[in-house]
Amino acid sequence: MSKMQIPLGPQHPALKEPENFMLVLDGEQIVDATVNLGYNHRGIEKAAENRNYIQDIYLIERVCGICSHSHVSCYIGAVEEIAKVEVPAIAKALRTIVAELERIHSHLLWLGVAAFELGYDTLFMYTWRDREQVLDCLELLSGNRVHYGMNTIGGVRRDITKEQVDEISKKIKYLKERTSYYVNVVTEEPTFLARTQNVGKLPKDVALELNAVGPTARASGVDIDVRRDEPYFIYDQLDWKVITYHTCDVFGRAVVRVLETIESYKMIEQILKAIPEGPISVKVPWKIPAGEAVFRYEAPRGEDIHYVKSNGTEYPERVKVRAPTLSNFQSLPYCLKQGYLADAVITIAAIDPCMSCTDRAVVYDINKGERKTFDQEELRKYSIEFYKKKGISFK
Amino acid sequence: MKKPLRLFPEAMKNLTKKAATSKYPFEKAKTYPGFRARIVFESEKCIGCKMCMRVCPAGAIEIVLSAEQPAPQTAADGSQIPQKKKFDCIMNLDRCIYCAQCVDICPKKALASSPDFELAQFDRKKLKLHYT
Amino acid sequence: MDAIIPLLYIAVFPGFIFLGVYALLMQWVDRKLSAVMQNRVGPPIYQPLADFIKLISKEVVIPENADVILFKSLPYVAMASIITSIFMIPIWDGKALVSFEGDIMVVMYLLIIPTVTFFLAGWSSTSPYSTIGSMRVMTQLFGYEVPLFMSFAGCAILAGSWSISGIAAYFSANPWFILLNLPGFIAALLAAEGKLERVPFDTPHAKNELVGGQFTEYSGRLLAIFLLSIDMEMIVLAAFISAVFLGGLGSFTGLAGFILFIIKTFFVCFILILFKALMARVRVDQMLKFSWKWLVPVSALQILIDILLKVNI
Repeated sequence: MSKMQIPLGPQHPALKEPENFMLVLDGEQIVDATVNLGYNHRGIEKAAENRNYIQDIYLIERVCGICSHSHVSCYIGAVEEIAKVEVPAIAKALRTIVAELERIHSHLLWLGVAAFELGYDTLFMYTWRDREQVLDCLELLSGNRVHYGMNTIGGVRRDITKEQVDEISKKIKYLKERTSYYVNVVTEEPTFLARTQNVGKLPKDVALELNAVGPTARASGVDIDVRRDEPYFIYDQLDWKVITYHTCDVFGRAVVRVLETIESYKMIEQILKAIPEGPISVKVPWKIPAGEAVFRYEAPRGEDIHYVKSNGTEYPERVKVRAPTLSNFQSLPYCLKQGYLADAVITIAAIDPCMSCTDRAVVYDINKGERKTFDQEELRKYSIEFYKKKGISFK
Repeated sequence: MKKPLRLFPEAMKNLTKKAATSKYPFEKAKTYPGFRARIVFESEKCIGCKMCMRVCPAGAIEIVLSAEQPAPQTAADGSQIPQKKKFDCIMNLDRCIYCAQCVDICPKKALASSPDFELAQFDRKKLKLHYT
Repeated sequence: MDAIIPLLYIAVFPGFIFLGVYALLMQWVDRKLSAVMQNRVGPPIYQPLADFIKLISKEVVIPENADVILFKSLPYVAMASIITSIFMIPIWDGKALVSFEGDIMVVMYLLIIPTVTFFLAGWSSTSPYSTIGSMRVMTQLFGYEVPLFMSFAGCAILAGSWSISGIAAYFSANPWFILLNLPGFIAALLAAEGKLERVPFDTPHAKNELVGGQFTEYSGRLLAIFLLSIDMEMIVLAAFISAVFLGGLGSFTGLAGFILFIIKTFFVCFILILFKALMARVRVDQMLKFSWKWLVPVSALQILIDILLKVNI
């Protein structure tokens, strides 16, 4: 049989967000794979330049639904670095709690999605049922289930009360028990093992070369974690360890994620025992002094990098988001090649892709059939000409 | 260690359990105190500083002078005491992202979050609330 | 008058209407039970019927490159062969409506026809997803068909009869032999899961991989008939397995026999639902490996046990 090209996406039941993977098949085997971005570009970085720093918090929060706290913390971390603000200890503790709750929620969500991609609906339903408890914790703490809006420049927006601490500790205890059960399920169910072991192999040297981050890299034995390597918040005061695994496959990524969740429970319990006292935020002026900063943050999916450049006004000059998925996409064609078509979806799901965070605009000329990339100056010229044609002129 | 049908005990336990699903439209959904939903406005407290308009990420709030202003009161000595100006708030719920930053920034606490989240409408015009 | 009765058999009982209603009910039981096991609420009892009516009323879209006659007739062929096979399975009393030596083979072959129509359905619709789906249908056929045949053959050898009613009568006369056929029973159930294309062996139309698999291009009435015939196939296969392995209806006749039929098919379907709920989908090569490594030896062992028993009795 001749080779067959199959489009996986942009509309496909296995993908939650539009993105295209072109697979070249020889029977059931994938011989070539390409990742095509550009279906979900929203121009958030550009929009951030037209809003002031406070407004940008909520805009950046909407880069991603699952890791909304990660992106905001990363952006705010950069802004605070430029403004040289010392954040109060309680604000750091609360940010850490929300960050770890978010990690739990993201990893449980991932386990459910992975189970769903394998047709293992019962595990999918159980994990998502238990995820509700984390979402309840987040709602209790911040006032919303998804876009927490917990952060503000110079601190956090809400204090934590005694009742909230009790309620969250109770829920964490329940979740801890459930998660250890899922560890057993993941490592003992034969059909799950059959579908994940030796699937989507990414050896350590390739992972390093292709710049894999987060659980994808850690499952290949790469010992990286920004929380330990370059501590922010209060991670350096907590007792926890970085989870790595050596199997380099989808199974390893599942194990790393589930065990990381257990580490997160440990961290939250430690913080809840001793929450510092004091004011929850400090005042920061509207105008941020000129300067630039890069902040690295360990989002649930991997290392998230934000670059902020300010010019002394209340609007940032440039905000640049490097979402973890963009980094992990580089390794995806390698993982997909030589695998089976049936394993393609779980391999894609295993890096926990978040398409909308990562998406980049691609200019594609249909007539010529070629792609074009712009640098910032070219794009500026192009946009001015584009609007001139429409009758809007710029001086 | 492989154990076939690993979820069997859990599934059997669930046969007698009540479903975890919340029957939302038929039962009231529970929200925790401090839930951020529709923003409410108190005209008496508003001083018209328009800070909320400045921080709103979505441009959903508009503070305007009310059509009817309170008449200046006459003091005992006959002189006219100017009253505080009255302001209206126009909330575009179709743009609001419920971040409640306006509530945080308001110096007089004229804006507040309410737990009222059932705001869907078929007609977009109905989402434009005019608080007086 | 004489001409009407066979027509009633085909159209009402045990033919189209009975099988259709029971199939939709069993689909509801399937969905509801899986939902309860997953701690969900599940659909109301009329949901499968509502889905069926909705699909029936939708537009039928036929791909440009497809063979129109083949494309349109396949669902009906699948359904007809399934309805035909129910006549040879005892429902109302110990003896089936049509019963002769060798009818077990006829039913086995009749039940292959739907699989072949699935293959042709995917192949004739010419889209890449359905082509891969239909290739998987055929690949999977080589996996489950042999153990299914062999485990049925074990029972037939022990009973010394090649008619379903005869085997059922033999097992209800010697109920202890049912226990000795347990390995074959389990092998047959797992093979049936493959034949019905349900999780863990639902690779041909795994929605996460192949969208709709062999049915990707089907829509409207034709898809409705296909889906209903898969549900019917589940009933027929459950009835077939319960007749061969669980002793059929025994000496019960009339309503009591019918109730026993419902109980036994329900029991078999319950096990099928359990398998579906508690396993992840395996790859098609893993499915083949599993059935040739485990199911075929188990069913071969079953034949050996049955022959030894037969010799010693």
